[in-house]
Amino acid sequence: MIFDVAVLGGGPAGMAAATEAAHGGARVVLLEESPAPGGQVYRAPPAGFEMKPDRDRQEGDALRAALAASGADIRTGCRVWGLGGGPLMPEGEAAAPFSLSALGADGVPFTIEARALILCCGTHERIIPFPGWTLPGVIGLAAATILLKAQGILPGQRVVVAGAGPLLYAVAAKILAGGGSVVAVIDAATPAEWLRALPALSARPDLLAQGAVWRAGLLAARVPVLAGAQVTAAEGDKVLSAVRVGERVFQADALCIGHGLVPATEASRTYRAQHAHRPEDGGWVPVLDAAQRTSVAFLYAAGDGAGVRGAAAAPAAGRLAARTALHDLGFRLHHASKEDAALARARRTGAAMARMMALRPAMVAAIPAETIICRCEGVPRSEIEKAAAAGANTINQLKHFTRCGMGPCQGRMCGEAAGALLATARGVDVAEVGFATGRIPLRPVPMASILGDFDYADIPVPAPAPI
Amino acid sequence: MSLRIANVARPAPVTITVEGVPVMAHPGESLAAVLIAAGHWRFGEGEDSTRPRTAFCMMGVCQQCLLRVDGRLVQACLTPIVAGQAVTPA
Repeated sequence: MIFDVAVLGGGPAGMAAATEAAHGGARVVLLEESPAPGGQVYRAPPAGFEMKPDRDRQEGDALRAALAASGADIRTGCRVWGLGGGPLMPEGEAAAPFSLSALGADGVPFTIEARALILCCGTHERIIPFPGWTLPGVIGLAAATILLKAQGILPGQRVVVAGAGPLLYAVAAKILAGGGSVVAVIDAATPAEWLRALPALSARPDLLAQGAVWRAGLLAARVPVLAGAQVTAAEGDKVLSAVRVGERVFQADALCIGHGLVPATEASRTYRAQHAHRPEDGGWVPVLDAAQRTSVAFLYAAGDGAGVRGAAAAPAAGRLAARTALHDLGFRLHHASKEDAALARARRTGAAMARMMALRPAMVAAIPAETIICRCEGVPRSEIEKAAAAGANTINQLKHFTRCGMGPCQGRMCGEAAGALLATARGVDVAEVGFATGRIPLRPVPMASILGDFDYADIPVPAPAPI
Repeated sequence: MSLRIANVARPAPVTITVEGVPVMAHPGESLAAVLIAAGHWRFGEGEDSTRPRTAFCMMGVCQQCLLRVDGRLVQACLTPIVAGQAVTPA
């Protein structure tokens, strides 16, 4: 069977897109890596866990309930590694349905086909390298959020929280609420940056109030907040024991640090869609028209993976993508699309937050020469600059020169810093060094589970030519 | 002080072993979270001393938390706890 619409990613955009498409009468399949839909922001706690419900949980539960009732085929716990069909056909052949190959939750591989594909792949976290960032005890801010909200576990006894954007204060507040101790908050943004964001934030009084509560909590707990500052080193033998901020040293057993969110574009890059570099959207993003179409026919993108705007704006974008897909497939839609005022406000607020979380060039410039940039392959900054001097002009060439970005994370963690360092070394804009060509497998998968029963003996070998 | 936040209801604990040592965990918790809660941040020595194995992104992206569970290579952050799992370094 060929589905009408496949949705890749079950966060707020993906859940809403699949629900809307199913309501429109399409045969819909949703593929999600986690055991339950929700994405990172609305991640459901494991079965049997009960936590105090917060507003995020309620919004996530509402989207999950609508999806479950929509009739869409929901496949969670599956790891999508292969992309094919669509534009990925030999020259001269007609475009085929999109095909997505995955490893199911039960470990059994499967492939689905769909006439249209909506990418709702979300983001991963940007962490600009600094000395000691590879020490155990250093984790991302988003990682800390998952630990706190979905697992009910504190990252440490004494925690330093550092980086940029609203997650910083959310994580610090969660640690305090969970009975942990926050040693310091190190905010890369200056008070002036927060002031500039204020007009856009005031469109969402609920968020402003939430932010004020978080800040008040830090004040009451007498947590030092260093504004316009950054971590200069994580220190410790075997594991983290201290965090250095210039001359100040904070004893800590965990450092939660993050510098913003990067759209996950590996699927749209693999399908060779057109991309643009927009720092205010989080970096490289697929170029979309006003109705969420990418440059590839029947391929759409929505949510933070198409430009960081936050969870409040994502469901409406997902619904719009679904309606556009159905329209393009020839479905007759019974209700017109409506853009509500709340969505516009959410987008403005999201944009202000995204600007604060954009890549900070000064932070990249401050990375010492011997600090590792590509953690998988152990490539330090000095190697990247050596490669640039030797003629590596693009990220793809940098891979060939240094193996930077060729390890198991496939450049997701280092790509942004490596691009900025290469651009700086060459004296060009970061957009000019480009992005790594999208390649399958999208995620590492065990060879055995892809091959199945296929063995060497099954490889067709032509008869040898007579001598 | 336990790193598990109080006032969270959890399923009854089970035991897994980490390099032969028994560790308490709740079914459904991720293996990475359990190791953090046990103060066991260093998951393995990795390819060189500057890049030991540990939890980092907690969402399946960074691939730094590779471990073996009953001999099978897994990402600790995506692996839910099941009673009796035997965890060894990758």
